[in-house]
Amino acid sequence: MSDPSKEWPLWEVFVRGKGGLSHRHVGSVHAVDAKMALEHARDTYTRRMEGVSLWVLPSAQIVASDPGDAGALFEPAEDKVYRHPTFYKIPDGITHI
Amino acid sequence: MDAIATYALRLGDDSLILGQRLSEWCGHAPALEVDLSLANVALDQVGQATHFLNLAGELEGEGRDGDALAFRRDVMDFTNCLLVEQPNGDFAQTIARQLLFSHYQELLFTALTASSNTSIAAIAAKAVKETSYHATLASDWVVRLGDGTDESKARMVAGLDWMWRFADELFAMDDVDAAALKDGVGVDKAALRPAWDARIDATLAEATLVRPAPRRATTGGRIGHHSEHLGHLLSDMQFLQRAYPGATW
Repeated sequence: MSDPSKEWPLWEVFVRGKGGLSHRHVGSVHAVDAKMALEHARDTYTRRMEGVSLWVLPSAQIVASDPGDAGALFEPAEDKVYRHPTFYKIPDGITHI
Repeated sequence: MDAIATYALRLGDDSLILGQRLSEWCGHAPALEVDLSLANVALDQVGQATHFLNLAGELEGEGRDGDALAFRRDVMDFTNCLLVEQPNGDFAQTIARQLLFSHYQELLFTALTASSNTSIAAIAAKAVKETSYHATLASDWVVRLGDGTDESKARMVAGLDWMWRFADELFAMDDVDAAALKDGVGVDKAALRPAWDARIDATLAEATLVRPAPRRATTGGRIGHHSEHLGHLLSDMQFLQRAYPGATW
């Protein structure tokens, strides 16, 4: 393994597939600065016309929930089926919903 | 080949040889992301070469297509500038070559979008967007390496030092260029030099580097007088078509 202290910092990459859609997380790249992160994201994740816009942000800036708290955070939602908007009819031809 | 076909051939050869050189980095770059960056630039160059060489073959009218021109010509028949055939060296040397060439190529293609040859104008219009990215990428790396550590700076200086003597050839005008310019097909490359100088100087200033001292230019690529490096590159690139002529898959 290479020396972790010499590794470039990690950046998370988000791609907007086309106008009107939100940016979606697609993966990560290593880079020493924001500009390099954008260039690497472009070269790594948009080579096949995947997107029209890119976001990158330092992975270290992400605040994640603690897996140990998953019970308290997420299980209370399990029995609240009435929160799902499943009682509406969705017209044909509606996409991205 | 007449002057216009030769003009297209030169454009194609520059892109082809640089694309082949850059592809040598595949699997060897300093980081996975850089590997992809260099491969992307290489593929852009090979794509440009395909268009220009196919066009050169059409204009020649002897039944040769881009593949025939790429894989069945000998070293003396290649018309690329000497800069693009220079060895990769270390990463900084590769980036130095890219800096000098991509800024030239972006200025050249921008001017060629007004070519009276509609094929050349169309290829240039598509390629200039690719080349604009290459120029930015190269400048950003020169700044990072030049304004980086003592070692990265020393390597960047050495890389620029190696490549600098091949810059003048980019802007040299000969009979082919004059004929193409007269027809409105080609551009006055010498007139691109001030804009190129300004771009290079701006990048070097940001990178805290000084421009290498002027030296006697090394030229001859356009008339087939190449450095020893091109033959080795071609032996690699052309091996398959030399060993198995006409092979397809």
